[in-house]
Amino acid sequence: MIHNRFSQLDESSPLGSAVSTNRRNFLKLLGGAGAGLTLAMSAQPVLSKTTEQLPLTSAEGELEANAFVRISADSTVTVVIKHLEMGQGTYTGLATLVAEELDADWAQIKSEGAPANTGRYKNLHWGSQGTGGSSAIANSYEQMRLAGATARKMLVQAAAQQWQVAESEIAVSQGVVSHPGSNRSTSFGELVDQAAKLPMPATDSVQLKDPGDFKLIGRSVPRKDRGKTDGSALFTQDIKLPGMLTALVAHPPRFGATVKSVNSEAARNIAGVEDVVEIPTGVAVLAKDYWAAKKGRDALQIQWDESQAFNKSSDQLLNEFAQLAKQPGLVARNDGDTESALGSAAKVVEATFEFPFLAHAAMEPMNCVALVSDEGCEVWNGEQMQTLDQATIAATLGLKPEQVKINMLFAGGSFGRRANPHSDYVMETVHIAKAKPGIPVKLVWSREDDTRAGYYRPMYLHKVRAALDTDGNPVAWEQRIVGQSIVTGTPFEGFLIKDGIDATSVEGAATLPYSIPNLKVDLHTVNLPVPVQWWRSVGHTHTGFSTEVMIDELARAAGKDPVAFRLALLKDHPREYGVLKLAAEKANWGAPLPQGWGRGIAMHKSFNSYVAQVAEVSLQDNGQFKVERVICAVDCGVAINPDVIRAQMEGGIGFGLSPALMSEITFKDGQVVQSNFHDYQVLRIGQMPDVEVHIVPSAEPPTGVGEPGVPPIAPAVANALSAVTGQRFHRLPLKLS
Amino acid sequence: MSVTLNVNGVDFQIDAAPDTPLLWVIRDHVELTGTKFGCGMSLCGACTVHLDGQPIRSCTTPLSVVLGKAVTTIEGVQSSAAKAVQQAWTELEVPQCGYCQSGQIMSAAALLEANPKPDDAQIDAAMAGNVCRCATYGRIRQAIKQASEQLS
Ligand code: FES
Ligand code: FES
Repeated sequence: MIHNRFSQLDESSPLGSAVSTNRRNFLKLLGGAGAGLTLAMSAQPVLSKTTEQLPLTSAEGELEANAFVRISADSTVTVVIKHLEMGQGTYTGLATLVAEELDADWAQIKSEGAPANTGRYKNLHWGSQGTGGSSAIANSYEQMRLAGATARKMLVQAAAQQWQVAESEIAVSQGVVSHPGSNRSTSFGELVDQAAKLPMPATDSVQLKDPGDFKLIGRSVPRKDRGKTDGSALFTQDIKLPGMLTALVAHPPRFGATVKSVNSEAARNIAGVEDVVEIPTGVAVLAKDYWAAKKGRDALQIQWDESQAFNKSSDQLLNEFAQLAKQPGLVARNDGDTESALGSAAKVVEATFEFPFLAHAAMEPMNCVALVSDEGCEVWNGEQMQTLDQATIAATLGLKPEQVKINMLFAGGSFGRRANPHSDYVMETVHIAKAKPGIPVKLVWSREDDTRAGYYRPMYLHKVRAALDTDGNPVAWEQRIVGQSIVTGTPFEGFLIKDGIDATSVEGAATLPYSIPNLKVDLHTVNLPVPVQWWRSVGHTHTGFSTEVMIDELARAAGKDPVAFRLALLKDHPREYGVLKLAAEKANWGAPLPQGWGRGIAMHKSFNSYVAQVAEVSLQDNGQFKVERVICAVDCGVAINPDVIRAQMEGGIGFGLSPALMSEITFKDGQVVQSNFHDYQVLRIGQMPDVEVHIVPSAEPPTGVGEPGVPPIAPAVANALSAVTGQRFHRLPLKLS
Repeated sequence: MSVTLNVNGVDFQIDAAPDTPLLWVIRDHVELTGTKFGCGMSLCGACTVHLDGQPIRSCTTPLSVVLGKAVTTIEGVQSSAAKAVQQAWTELEVPQCGYCQSGQIMSAAALLEANPKPDDAQIDAAMAGNVCRCATYGRIRQAIKQASEQLS
């Protein structure tokens, strides 16, 4: 089915016209869905053309209705998914939108990953092709429905022509096209040849369904990313091409170190090793298989020049951050007069929060396959940043971006890692492949590489001072944030850095929803050679914790119930108010708990979705604690697939529990201390609480669920621990004292 | 030097160093890719296969010690326990990214073969070596119970 899709990368091809829509429609869509703070980039037209062109039909009699929908003679509907499937369910969610408007039967739908082609498959929130910021559903909601609706119209027109009846008399339901008046009906497949002769309908000639008529949206239809229970699903790690070599790279022991000299003789003597090549990021060993490459890498003798290398330790960094936090930073938000309000307040609560570096540690360590040849470059990857990777590869190889073909595979997790704004591991692969033209090269990172070669959630320190008046109402909040910028030095700078402030450093704090008259958030951006990157929910991973722990401490200082205290401050924020109230109700907030148990709540909005979680913890005899149960409420607008939403909340909670309970990357004299899952520990089954998810019914435009489940869990657990121990918790991972 | 290795009931002639971990023999030589690489140190369970019916971590099991034994991978697992586990996995939509799931299923199938009625603590103990970064653990627990019921 892939036919020659990858060679048709010309944006001006008729296939590229896809679902055309006009600028007004797009702006409406953007305004309605709201562009996520993170990664909300440029407002460009959905697809530039409104011309009505003849769609192509392949030799087998397939209808290519538009860039997103193909229908074959056997009635299979293939939906082309422009976003990376990394477990979040996008193969299911986007296909549901098409199937709904097409009135297809869910069983006839098949999802397929899109190739890199910015013109056809850009993320409408970014203006470039890529996946992130929990934007897949939000940016595609109207586009994918239009794709389904226009394809449906072609089938209706074809049936009307065939039966010589009016289009208005044709009905479509569950994959059957019928003319009730004459009792005739047919399948999609039967209409493919006729429909393929028709021009693509203008988008204003179709009407999207009224939400009341939805049959698939809102239902937990089965997932479409299959092959995950029998080993048949294909990941980058599974690609094998004729003549392919496997490459492992020896990376420098410290960031900033470079190769001084290499003795590769012993490595080259190992059976199966084919070559050793020096690349900008280290020394690559190419071999017939992984094990030979690994042995070859172990046998390399490399002298590193560490004169310019990073040589600090985590403790030292934290001290430096704390020093910086004594001085005012660049102001991200400033309401009222925080300084004088703090000076005259009845009670001031202060805390310094510390967050370590974190590795993404996706189950599939980073990897990529590339073939550099005379014709260009072909890549196989769980690809999350098509436009950027294509451009970076093209610039390095002296190609045009369209000479870089990218084949899409499933990703074995990513959590942001595969959307590297510097194209790091992709470029590492291309540099190796460039040295071996005509030979496909698979780069495989070991778990040690994945843990030590970087791109971390940055280390952060927050200093918060907040104050109450004599009635226990919050009157002032001052939050100072210190940490590295993710966006500086990337192509995202223009969109995400304003007046020196990286929006991803302060999101969630500068947007604090609680009504506090005097509120100030400022930022110190630190420059370090440690490579950093977005990590599932980005800035919210730390701001969600500091703000929600602090608001709890304020409630306690005021002698008020944490839920009632928050609700009183959210009168103007109905959706935050709604999830908080729902979570508290479902958790039976206030009901007695067993001895040694504590209950805590946290609420955080991220990527335009609202999540509140109540955690119940129990103290264990061994001085440890256990997270027993989590009750989660989520408002993500129209719930496309409730079960996928539940799964993302469960997964977000489990993912957020790792940094809450055990994960941290630390530096000792510039070296990463951790290397594999024994010392970079992550949540295991025995530590997973029971999770209950409640979805707020909503008619608002749908927003993402991949990330928003993460931020509230750590503060909810910390607040529960405070409730039962009286201790305060300002550092992750959490430790009882 | 070529040796004979039995995988999923089929004999393969393998030309690999005796210290090559079974994982890489399966993936790079037999060319079955359902068994995954996650850590290479027996820490994550992604590489779990059955050796004479027992679950092992293939990433730290050298080729030399599995000769003459029967290796079963996710592609060839056929016991009624395994089928029940796979079915429950699909019905409850356990997988997210899916990368860990071959290993999870091999561990779960081995658990149910040895203990058809595991309680929560026994499930947690048997599955403790299988990491899922997507944190599908709640559904894994539920699916094992559902498969267990179906088997009885
Ligand atoms: S790859 Fe074998 S246990 Fe992780
Ligand atoms: S499903 Fe992604 S690691 Fe388990």
